[in-house]
Order: sequence, then structure tokens, then C-alpha cells
Amino acid sequence: MDSMHLPATTSVEPVALADYLPNGLKVVVQEVHTSPIVSVWCWYRVGSGDEVPGQTGVSHWVEHMNFKGTVNIPREEMKGIVERFGGMWNGYTWIDQTTYLETAGRAALDQMLFIEAERMAYGLFEPAECESERTVIISELQGGDNDPDQLLETEVTATAFRAHPYGHPTIGWLDDLRTMTRDDLYGHYRRFYIPNNATLVVVGDVDASEVMRRAEKHFASIPEGPVPDRIRVTEPMQLGERRVVIEREGTTGYVKAVFQAPAATDADFFPMLVLDAVLTGAKGVNLWSSFRGLPPQRKARLYTALVDRGLASTVSGAILPTIQPYLYTLSFTAIDGVSLDEVEGAALEEIERVRRSGVEPSELARAQHQLRARLVFDNDSVTNIAHQLGYFETVGGAGFLSSLQQQIRAVTSEQIHDAARRRLAPANRTVGWFRPLGRS
Amino acid sequence: MASTLAAGLSPVREVLANGVTVIVQESSATPAVSINATFEGGSLYDPEPLPGVAYLTSRVIDRGTRNKSADAIAEDLDKRGVALRVTTTRHSMTLLSTCLAEDFDDVLDLMSDLARDATFPEDELAKRRIESITVLRQDEDNTSLRATEAVSELLYGSTHPYGRPGKGTIDSLERSDRNTLVQFYVTHIRPAVLTLAIVGDVRASGTIERARNLLGNWDGPSERPIVVPPPGGAGRRRVREIRMPGKSQTDIAYGFTTISRLDPRFYAYWMLNNILGQFGLGGRVADNIRERQGMAYYAFSAFNANIGESPLVVHAGVDPHNVDRAIEAIDAEVRDLGEHGPTAKEMAESRAYLIGSIPRLFESNESIAAFLQDCERFDLGLDYDRRLPERLEAVTIEEVRAAAADVLDPERAVIAIAGPCDSARGRAA
Repeated sequence: MDSMHLPATTSVEPVALADYLPNGLKVVVQEVHTSPIVSVWCWYRVGSGDEVPGQTGVSHWVEHMNFKGTVNIPREEMKGIVERFGGMWNGYTWIDQTTYLETAGRAALDQMLFIEAERMAYGLFEPAECESERTVIISELQGGDNDPDQLLETEVTATAFRAHPYGHPTIGWLDDLRTMTRDDLYGHYRRFYIPNNATLVVVGDVDASEVMRRAEKHFASIPEGPVPDRIRVTEPMQLGERRVVIEREGTTGYVKAVFQAPAATDADFFPMLVLDAVLTGAKGVNLWSSFRGLPPQRKARLYTALVDRGLASTVSGAILPTIQPYLYTLSFTAIDGVSLDEVEGAALEEIERVRRSGVEPSELARAQHQLRARLVFDNDSVTNIAHQLGYFETVGGAGFLSSLQQQIRAVTSEQIHDAARRRLAPANRTVGWFRPLGRS
Repeated sequence: MASTLAAGLSPVREVLANGVTVIVQESSATPAVSINATFEGGSLYDPEPLPGVAYLTSRVIDRGTRNKSADAIAEDLDKRGVALRVTTTRHSMTLLSTCLAEDFDDVLDLMSDLARDATFPEDELAKRRIESITVLRQDEDNTSLRATEAVSELLYGSTHPYGRPGKGTIDSLERSDRNTLVQFYVTHIRPAVLTLAIVGDVRASGTIERARNLLGNWDGPSERPIVVPPPGGAGRRRVREIRMPGKSQTDIAYGFTTISRLDPRFYAYWMLNNILGQFGLGGRVADNIRERQGMAYYAFSAFNANIGESPLVVHAGVDPHNVDRAIEAIDAEVRDLGEHGPTAKEMAESRAYLIGSIPRLFESNESIAAFLQDCERFDLGLDYDRRLPERLEAVTIEEVRAAAADVLDPERAVIAIAGPCDSARGRAA
């Protein structure tokens, strides 16, 4: 085992090196020598927001197939390459992106790059494997449906969008998962998995120039392709509140209120991010860190209005950086015996209060400090640093990550009040209830 | 006495006169600090008729002290961006926090205050009790939790500390009053059973001094933790079905009792579990159920070894129509591994994986702190990170085969099935 070298010096703001291979693959490297491990992520600009009706879930299914063998990695050998170095690997798909990761001892760097190059160009998509994975994914969907909160989120999101593909679940609709073909999957794969539609991120105990050389060795022979057009749909302006009520067997009631939200590069994004910290406490700013751990929220407005008053057992908020306008989601778990009407009423009353009067300077300062702390905590491991680099590169472009602190610091009370007044208007929201059968 | 390591982790450990163990690992990778204060005071110590007291105590312990109101504590935490978590397991209660280095002194002060002077205000208890009851109601609706709890009860018996519900019941939470919690608090949240692990951008010597100033004059009883009784329920195959109408998927939990973490055979069992249900997507179990048969998104095994004879449980979430096939698949893998043991290739792969994964345990301050807590709890030594590879290297195929033969017998498995329809095919226990 390699020894650890935990530095005793004051930490320095990390600097990432970025360059393009001739085929258009962007390579981002950051040296972090705190531990003898490396995290490799390959990001593709494709997600469920790129899917058309009838093929919902194709991006996620393609992600699954990229663990099922390639031309030069037989399926049965896929497992074991990184594990021999003590590594972990995974992947995820969301609305704007698909990504794969490996974190392992630094000796595995070549193997990790090899796997990612194979995934990019040489996936097999054997018909029998596609069929086998169909039922695995349907099982994944059914597992999610077992959770009433997740079920409600799916229904509310679908109700909030009329036209935009962000409205369907990343995993896809069940009927599409039953009918899509191997050719649908392979066509999607070939269209989006090209070097000039990807970003390779390497963080850890490496030499950056050496990583560039190795990346060239593994990826340079993969030809670039026509950059795929992404679906650009402007969601029609919402004209009034929408509602959805699910009544099913269950034990607990849930309420959600979602609002049409700004894209990451919209001027309203950071005021809304800080507003969310005032309402529900600051989370990590990227998808992964947003649900890692609880936020500091005991003084947050919705916590004091609902949890402290005994109406809800949990309160949470989520606004995430996305390429196109997505949703600001507020979620509440009703206390046993409390009606969903009461929960919704208390939540919307607080929303109206912030629309009316904005936030106090002390609340703004607290929220900004919380977000600043979260950005520090999000750099706690090479895996999480690499995730951040790739996530923000994909949704916000170069420089977005490094601008976060400054953008958060620059938010004013006036900007928050203005954004709250417009963005949290009743006509801009969708309310959802999960009402367990047999309860009020 | 303080000690340091020349390479690898280099924690500094000191035991205060009252029994508090302080372990500090310096790391300035980020200007942040993780604090992990663990007391040997989990649900194992719940008073006999009232399961869930440790859990409810953990929900109220941070809601008021002699020095600060709940509101003042909330302000202290929120203004620093700190989310304090209080968790309980069967064995322990842990106060966990990560803060900026600049806030460390204040946050440690607060955690010390919570440990020493919590007041359990009646109004806060009332709120957290109904929240906890809501959590229990949510758990009742969770197929995975229901299957796991049922298999624990079948393995150990409903009154065994590993078999009874860790969060209690609605009835037991309703009957736990302030006096019950205060009694639990003064009895079990005490210096002799506290290990304080601090990892991050701090200096060890100053941190230990600060801990001494905060905790050194804290008196408390010095009894050692209680002994976990042997399991009361294992021995023959039993199946319990839990019908949960409206669910889309069925969860299966398929388990055995094994050995204590303190048993020298632990490393062989660790490798056995890795081969059975961890390696890659989930070892042999996932190879069969997910990869070959396409039946499940998740299929894996978990071996959570602690002081008592600990459970090894296979988990799978499957379509309700595939329950029989999935159980047959688990039976087949369990039988094969139990009768024949692992292959040499599996041993080599698993060994390389477990040894190679050790540095990943130290990716974050929080994970280092958790590792140091394990070192202390199981008396593994401060150089355990460097000795662990040798321990894994030394495991032989014969030892893993013997472990498999001891435990993996489908005729002794207990199985819990939680899902939407009449899917169990065994006799209800």
C-alpha cells in the first residue's frame, strides 16, 4: 500500500489544467497529492433533456450498457479491471449530462483511461445484453416507485412541464422502457459519444502533463464527429397554478411545491440559490453534493414555520445549475396526523411573506456564509473535486466553478426580493400531494 | 500518552484522566475540520421495556443545554454553516459535524456543551417525539427496511438488542418521558465511553489541550460497555412475508448470524462477504441475479461486524413475480460457496481489491474520523492502516472456505420478503 502524505501546510486554491486533444476532447487535470489515489470522470453532453417522446430513458439505458463490455473489454472482464487496484466505479445520468467515474490507486490511471476510451468508441450493445438490462432498469424504476416521495416528484415534475423534455423522468417512462430497441440505444450512443462532445476530468496524485500524454495515447485515435444538436425548447409561460394529487397505499403524507426556475447562466440563478439557503438552508451547489448530508437549516424560514411548529418532520429545497430553465423544488413530509392542507398553507404563507418583504440583511449574510462553507466542504475528496469540475464544465462552461464564490457574495437583498416576487408567484408553481389512502 | 506515526496516517491519541479518548489527525487538504464524538451508548442500552430511548435521546440532545436555548444553538450552528448530526447505532451514539477551520473552537465548545449539559426541554421533546413517530411511520412504508428489520428479528429474536427495533415503536416512544431520556443521558453519555476523533486543519497539540480544558473535569461512572448476548433465533430455515399493498417492487433480505468483529476469523469473513455479495456490482449474488438473469437493479450482501455475533445479509429488490427465482438464485450461490468455497481467482481479486481500496478510506476528513473510531472501538491500534494490508494478505483460501462452510447453508437461512402481493413461498414464521 502506498503511504499517505497529509500535508501540514496551509491549503492552496487548487488550479486545474485544461487542454483539448486534436479530436476536440477537452481534458481537465488537477493535481491533488493528499492521498495516493486518482479519480477519473468522463462527461458527455447528453441527458434525458435530449430525449424525444417514445425514447425517454434512452440516455440512462445507454449508460447502463456501457458497463456491459466493449470491443476490447469482454463483458466478464469489465468487472475487475479497476477493482484489482482497489477502485470503485459508477456512473449517472441526469437531465443535461451522462458521466462515468473511477476512483482508484494511482497505479490504475492507465486502466481507467483505457476503460473510458473504450466506452467512448467501442461499446458492444449486444442484443441479449440490451434485453437483460431492460428488466434491470425496469426494476430500478419500480424500486423508485416504491418511495412515495420519489413518486410524487416524478408526477409533479411531469405536471410542471408541458413541452420541455426536462419533464420526463431520467429513467424514462415504463412503456418506453418496454418498447425501445437495441438500435434505438446504439443510435443514441453513436450520436452523442464522440470526443468533441465530452470532457475528461482527472484529479488526484498525478502529474498533469503526464496525464495529458496518457489521455492522448488512449483517446487521440477516436475520430471526432458532428456535434449533435441539443433539443432547445422554450417551455411556454405558465399561466396558472397546477396541481397533482396522488392517492395510494402509504403511511405518510408528502407535499411539494415547485416553481419554474432560472438556468445556471441566468441573472436570477444566484439570487434564487441564496434565497433557497434562507428558506431551507444551504446545500452543495452541484447535483451530487446537494443531497450529501443535511443542510444547516434550524433558523431557515421554512424550517421554523413548519418543523418548529410541528407541521412537518422534514423540509428541503433544491435549485440546481442546469443548462436550460428547470425547477425550484420545495418538499415537506407531513407530521403524522397533520393535514396536507395545513402543511401547504404554512409553506405558501412563508413564500408569500418573502415575496412581500424580501429577506433581512442578517439572513442574507448567514445564507452567503453557509454557501461559502459548503463550497469548501465540497472539496473534501478527489472524487468530489473531480465531480465538481466536470459538472460545472458541462452545465456552465469553463470558469463557472471558479466564479461561484464571487457570484454568491455579490447577491443583494434587492436581487433576492425581485427574484422571489417574480419567480415564486402563484401562477408559476405546481403543487403536489401524496395522500396515503385512508388519511385526510 | 501521545503517539505519532512516521508514515501513513499519523494520529495523535491521548486518554484523559476521566477516560475520554481524544484522537487527532492533522490534514490541511481543505480549511475544514470534522469532529466525530462517539459514545458507547446506542440502542443496546435501551431500558428493557422501552426500545428507542437512545434514538429519541439523540433527537433531543442538541435542543437545549444549561447554557444555551434551542434557539441559541440553532443560531450558533446556522451562522457557521454547520449541520450537526446525531446518529445512533446498536452500539453507539455519535455527534458529527464538519465546520470551517476558523469555526472549530466554537463548534467543539458547543459539542462539549451538548454532551455535558443537555437539558431535554419538554417542548422540544414533544416536537421530536412526533417527528420520530413520523419517521417510524415512513419506515413502515419502506420495503427494504421492513425486510431488513424482519430478518434481524428472525435471526436474533424480538427481545435481543440486535433483533428489536433500534428506533423503538410508536408505543415505546410515546411512553418515553423526559425523565427516561435524562436517565439514559446521565447513565450512558459519559466520559469513560467517549472517543473524540478530530480530523482536519488543526494542530494536534492545541486541539488535545482544548479537549482537556472542555472535558477533563467531567466526572461520570466508569463501567465498561455491556456484553451482547448470543443470538436467540437462528438455526433453521424460516421465511416471513410482509404484505405491503401498492408497492411496485419486492425486497428480499436473506441472512445468517456470523461472528464478532473481535474474532480473529474476521478477515476471512470480510473476504467471504466481498466474494459473495460485494465485488464489482455485488459479487456472486449480483452476477447471478442482475447480470445473468436481469432480475434486479440491486443485489448485494452486507456484513456489519460489531461486538456481538453479527449478521451477514443478502439484499435484493426484484419484481414481485421474480421472488421465487431470486431466492433460488441466492440459495444456489450460498450453497455453492458454502460447499466449495471460493476459487483461487476470486481470492486473488478480492484480496487485491480490499487492500487497494484502503487509501480510499482516507479520501475525506469524515471518513478518516470514522476509521479512527473503528480503530479505537475494536482496539486495532493507531498503525492499523499500515498493518491492515498484512492482515488481508495473510488470509488463506482454507480460512475463507471454513468460514463459508460454517455459515453459508440455505437450510439455516432466514428470509424476509416485503412487497405488494402474495409472493412468499415459504412457511410464515
